[in-house]
Amino acid sequence: MNDSLYLFLLNHLPALGQKTMEHFILTGIAVSGAILIGIPFGILASRRIMVRKIFFTIAGIIQTIPSLAMLAFLLPFLGIGVIPAIVALILYALLPISRNTYTGITEIDPSILEASDGLGFSHNQRLYLVEIPIALPTIIAGIRTAAVICVGVATLSAFIGAGGLGDFINRGLSMNNTRLILLGAIPSGIMAIALDITIGAIEHKFSWKNKS
Amino acid sequence: MIRLSNVSKSFDDGDHYAVKNISLNIQKGETLVLLGSSGCGKTTTLKMINRLIEPSGGCIEIDERDAATIDPIELKRSIGYVFQGIGLFPHLSVEENVSIVLRLMGKSKSEREASAQEWLEIVSLDPGLYAKRYPHELSGGQQQRVGVARALAANPDYLLMDEPFGALDAITRDALQQELLTIKNRVAKTIVFVTHDLFEALTLADQIAVMNDGIIEQVGHPDELMQSPATNFVYQLFEKPGRQLRLLHENNR
Repeated sequence: MNDSLYLFLLNHLPALGQKTMEHFILTGIAVSGAILIGIPFGILASRRIMVRKIFFTIAGIIQTIPSLAMLAFLLPFLGIGVIPAIVALILYALLPISRNTYTGITEIDPSILEASDGLGFSHNQRLYLVEIPIALPTIIAGIRTAAVICVGVATLSAFIGAGGLGDFINRGLSMNNTRLILLGAIPSGIMAIALDITIGAIEHKFSWKNKS
Repeated sequence: MIRLSNVSKSFDDGDHYAVKNISLNIQKGETLVLLGSSGCGKTTTLKMINRLIEPSGGCIEIDERDAATIDPIELKRSIGYVFQGIGLFPHLSVEENVSIVLRLMGKSKSEREASAQEWLEIVSLDPGLYAKRYPHELSGGQQQRVGVARALAANPDYLLMDEPFGALDAITRDALQQELLTIKNRVAKTIVFVTHDLFEALTLADQIAVMNDGIIEQVGHPDELMQSPATNFVYQLFEKPGRQLRLLHENNR
């Protein structure tokens, strides 16, 4: 039994490396995309009440759609493969990132903003020198949540042929092979935990609350 | 010199005026204290001087220039401001806080550091000890010293102070008032100071403008207000503490 487990792992090692890499890249692209879209929308939402209402309503609804249903829903529009998988992941990652950006900015002590205005910061200077740096730990916390969600949802992307660790799970399910299922499930679990810890460390590093 | 001519401010299109038709002259090098209870319009008046609030009517001139024609950002950078809520930037060190206006103006790092050193010394904070610290590591009194240094770091001619010592305990407040007088002797600034504390006003003012319900009741030297109050409000304001002071005086004799 132990021998065969050893052989099983040895046989699947190259595939495991490749699938893990695919999974990681899928997650990475999706989270980066969500950062590029989510942060500007979060900032805009802190400025314009209409943007806030419309954007967060839509993002909130998207968040409630089950991931499998989302992939099925995107199928007629984007077909199968990596693109619809990335789109679905971005949609899930959007809310935590934009919501945290919005929260981070709106929770800044009003006396700090009054000081920036009174000392003669331009709009952009206030954003780049005060609002974003103070909100940064909260924004990174949102990215952390988004990354963990994406690692989980990305396992389902295998259903539409986007690759990743979900491939093992799919094959395991159809062949009723527990080992194959776990070969997909355990590394994706480890990846989620590792990302959580790493981004948590970055968050801590950027936190001005414990500077001294 | 700062000159306010018939300045008014309404926040609701004329239904109610927070500041009604006030006129003031603040001479170079003098400290004018706007004295009044909360809601009397003193902070609104102060904020109109550097256009944090735009007046609804009247004219504000700074060194003979109409403030409305000066770029508001440039205007704010040229006038020091000390805030009631202190408002230090929590993510920046003391040194970076002090020199932030110089950073906005694009001054070099070495110039900013030198200026921070100089102004920290002036507000009696040892730069070697405090320059690299962060605001949350300082006491309230130390934080407001940094606030004063920040307001002065770009070397403005004018300094606006909005109840800067209001949140501090009596002993710290007293120390900072004395400090401000020392600083003023050293760097000769024109100061507009808002407070509701009569004794603070008497300690710091060359001129006091007593405000009540959006209007100025009386402007004058502290003695003048005490000896010959122009309105009943001013009389009431000085009467009780005046009596206490006289009593104290007689007891000491």
